Amino acid sequence: MTATAAVPRRAWVEQTMGLPISIHVRGDRLTGDDVEHLVAAVFADLRHVDAVLSPYRDSSDLSAWERGALRLADADPILAQVVALCDEARQRTDGWFEPRELPDPRTGEPRYDPSGLVKGWAVERAARYFDALDGYGWCLNAGGDVLVRAPADQPAWRIGIEHPDDPARIMRVVERRAGAVATSGSAHRGAHIIDPRTRRPTTAVRAVTVTGPTLLWADVYATAAAAQGSTALPWLDAVAGYHALVVTRSGLVRTTGSWPAT
Amino acid sequence: MRRISLWLLSTVAAVVLLFTYRTSTNSPADASAAPTTINEQTTTSTPGASPTPTTSPSVSTSPETGTSPTSEPTTSTAGAAKTYTGSVASTRWGNVQVTITVTNGKITDVAVPVYPTENHKDQEINAYALPVLRQETLAAQSANIDTVSGATVTSDGYLESLQAALDAAHLA
Repeated sequence: MTATAAVPRRAWVEQTMGLPISIHVRGDRLTGDDVEHLVAAVFADLRHVDAVLSPYRDSSDLSAWERGALRLADADPILAQVVALCDEARQRTDGWFEPRELPDPRTGEPRYDPSGLVKGWAVERAARYFDALDGYGWCLNAGGDVLVRAPADQPAWRIGIEHPDDPARIMRVVERRAGAVATSGSAHRGAHIIDPRTRRPTTAVRAVTVTGPTLLWADVYATAAAAQGSTALPWLDAVAGYHALVVTRSGLVRTTGSWPAT
Repeated sequence: MRRISLWLLSTVAAVVLLFTYRTSTNSPADASAAPTTINEQTTTSTPGASPTPTTSPSVSTSPETGTSPTSEPTTSTAGAAKTYTGSVASTRWGNVQVTITVTNGKITDVAVPVYPTENHKDQEINAYALPVLRQETLAAQSANIDTVSGATVTSDGYLESLQAALDAAHLA
């Protein structure tokens, strides 16, 4: 066995943004105000993001803005930040990330839904509280998208990538001391990834996993690649700093040349 | 040995949760397909081992069913087998506690003294699932992962995720 389990660890789980969010912290002192207050701050931050940006809530600033009842300048500033980031994401992905005219999660009517970007962005933003956790390791997992940090005296986090055909099986393991691992696919929610060219659900690939320095962009690239399908791999290969693993529709596992071997 | 056992406990808790969920859609006929016996088994403990060795009920398949091709003999060499008891993990779906027996550094038995038993269905399910759990645990020993990346898990689907189990093992 590795030394991973040797460092004391504590986990917290909450449901927010419609997702199970789990936080694991490794360190010598895991009780008391230091750690607990910061974990609470991270969850509170995510709940705030959900209140402002949820497409499921009529009361969210996002919904009010779409109805024309709220100007962007009058909304919580994170709405304008997210709208700007979605524009950047569309450009970075040649249009394969597209928040416009997605089916409303409740009615199916086309609407602006930035959720595909919000999750990664929100988790990364909330994790800023952990900058104060000097000497600790931490692992944030938001519904299958992961952001980690491990100090020099702790082992790297071992992130298992689930098999798209059997979520109980681990297909590969990636070791990370810092950075993100994001996976997009249809294993748990069916065909929910929309091809922006056809505006219809696509199952061009079974799953795409992207690892790199930020969860915001790893998640966006994984979502865009899942929509793009078979041509995604050469495109991902050209994205600096990020590495990808694609499970094709026929079940082949393919990786970019830079995929970390473990 | 403590490091190993703590990790194994988390893996086993994972598998318990998985099976508790997955088999919940099985028909009663499926659940009764693998008859089991519940044995009392005493293991020889080493003083000072941590967590505290205990005697616990273990789950094993009936010899004639032969559903565990990879399982090892549950009879252990005197002095070599130790049983480790995990804390009771409180989950949204009920409490789970796992004990494992380690012999010469390898897990040789798994018991689940606490698992969701809210209804008769749960009990049927566990009668089927727990023997299979032993095989899964043996197979899972090499993965040794901290967390899982996969297609988006929603709150409703959390229980079927391996992540739920990895969390359960570390909840305070």
